[in-house]
Amino acid sequence: MKLNDEEQAMLAGEMGETLRWAIDHQRQVGTFFDAPDMVPVTQAHIMADPESLGTAGADFVEQLAARSDRVRIPTITDPRGIDFSHADRLGQTAAMQQLERRIIGGLEKLGVLMTNTCINYQTILPPLRGEHLAMGDTGVTIYCNSVLGARTNFEGGPSALAAGLTGRTPRYGYHLESGRRGTLRVAVEAQPQGPAEWGALGGVVGRIAGSYWSVPVIDGLCDPPGSDALKHFGAALASFGSVAMFHIPGVTAECQRIEDAFDGPPPEPARVTAADLAALIKGDAADGEKVDVVVFSAPQLSLYELAAVAGLLDGKRVHRDTTLLVATSPENKSGADRMGLTARIEASGAILLEGVCFYQSYARELAEANGWKRLMTNSAKLLNIISGYGYLPTLGSTESCVASAVAGRIVR
Amino acid sequence: MSDILRCHPGIGPAVRGIALVAADDFSARYDLDRLKGVFSRPGHKLFGQAYHGRILVLNNAKGGVATAWMLREMAARGIVPAALLFNRVNPILAQGAAFAGVALLDRFETDVTQRIPNGAELLVEPAEGRVTIVSVPA
Repeated sequence: MKLNDEEQAMLAGEMGETLRWAIDHQRQVGTFFDAPDMVPVTQAHIMADPESLGTAGADFVEQLAARSDRVRIPTITDPRGIDFSHADRLGQTAAMQQLERRIIGGLEKLGVLMTNTCINYQTILPPLRGEHLAMGDTGVTIYCNSVLGARTNFEGGPSALAAGLTGRTPRYGYHLESGRRGTLRVAVEAQPQGPAEWGALGGVVGRIAGSYWSVPVIDGLCDPPGSDALKHFGAALASFGSVAMFHIPGVTAECQRIEDAFDGPPPEPARVTAADLAALIKGDAADGEKVDVVVFSAPQLSLYELAAVAGLLDGKRVHRDTTLLVATSPENKSGADRMGLTARIEASGAILLEGVCFYQSYARELAEANGWKRLMTNSAKLLNIISGYGYLPTLGSTESCVASAVAGRIVR
Repeated sequence: MSDILRCHPGIGPAVRGIALVAADDFSARYDLDRLKGVFSRPGHKLFGQAYHGRILVLNNAKGGVATAWMLREMAARGIVPAALLFNRVNPILAQGAAFAGVALLDRFETDVTQRIPNGAELLVEPAEGRVTIVSVPA
């Protein structure tokens, strides 16, 4: 892997231990993936929730922060694990909160902007086509690559932090034109409606694609989807399949016609039907069973999604044996406060969480502290993740999630 | 007689250990109870099995970026796989292995989950892109 003079100086330790660590980490990853060199990036986005870092990760961040180096490009954060205004009520312990404060303090010293969001492409600064990035959330990565035409790999927390410090990242995968070409075609014979169905489509296509290095080209969708639809589709596709990019002819940035996406004639498609989507949604339906917690999260909600939830909750009360959690970004929370959405949501007894995401919030310990087992959500991504934390998840529409939270049992 | 598998050069130190094999995919967040050191996702083919000190032999990396931090956290607590062998990984597993100093190899000449028997003793040499099957269970 070729390093320029500045990168060689970093690696030799001539620019300090922090940059030596950062460029060496990037060199190891780049060499593993046969990157020819580094590419400058304009933004970095760090996933750094306390459950993932643990004490070892917090120690590492604090060690970097104790030195003088700071990030050299705009570097922002993915959702955090704790909303301090609700932590005690949810049973997040003092030790969890202390660890979270240590990580926040370290990142702030490093010059990181604490945006605490996985929808930065909707709320902070959407990148432009061709812009090279180091994005540290799979949903953010797939949206930026596909919908916006920017260029980024999945950058885990340490790598995104390294990119923020060096201002570059190894040039492989989705930074290369050759990595962005379609590898399979999927013909969709159903028109998804709402977050759960768009997420289910992402889940079904993700199972077909099945690899980070696959780029599915989605054919057959009738209506142009909006940003929230593609947010749920991409997040589920990335979660179920580890996929980092897709094309939809006439919708995504690099594909006006299906022929644009392939080198050569488009291949015969795999077909996805309405029955395939219904099967994923039905899954563990558990109709009529008690629901312990209903979660709107993963990804965080847009203002429009918050308004929809508020409208469904108007005049209703969440059942006393059920908890309804709604998670959004700090920017959207501020807007929701100002526009009266927070008051409408919380009047029902629901909890509106700011700057966190459910599965990044010590989900296993939350279940133990609150006696939660049966979880309902409109997020296919959360459905895919959360069973490993001991939950029994059910996927449903936004409307059925709210109805279930009010009834205290699964209503579909 | 030893049996040698070749692959792309990997990351991390040379290690020797016992293989835990499944034709399934992997994410530390999705699939593990890291406090108990077991696979905790009910649908996973290694559900309920302990992974500490074993050489995990699996198919693909799953979605999610948390593994990039988690491998180091697992290593710090001393409950971590000895090495990771995959048919193909995503960047997150490579980043996590580099950050944690855990051996990682992928891109074998054959389906590694079919080629390595569960319980085999392996010598993993990332720099050489080489895995030696030292012995197989009787």
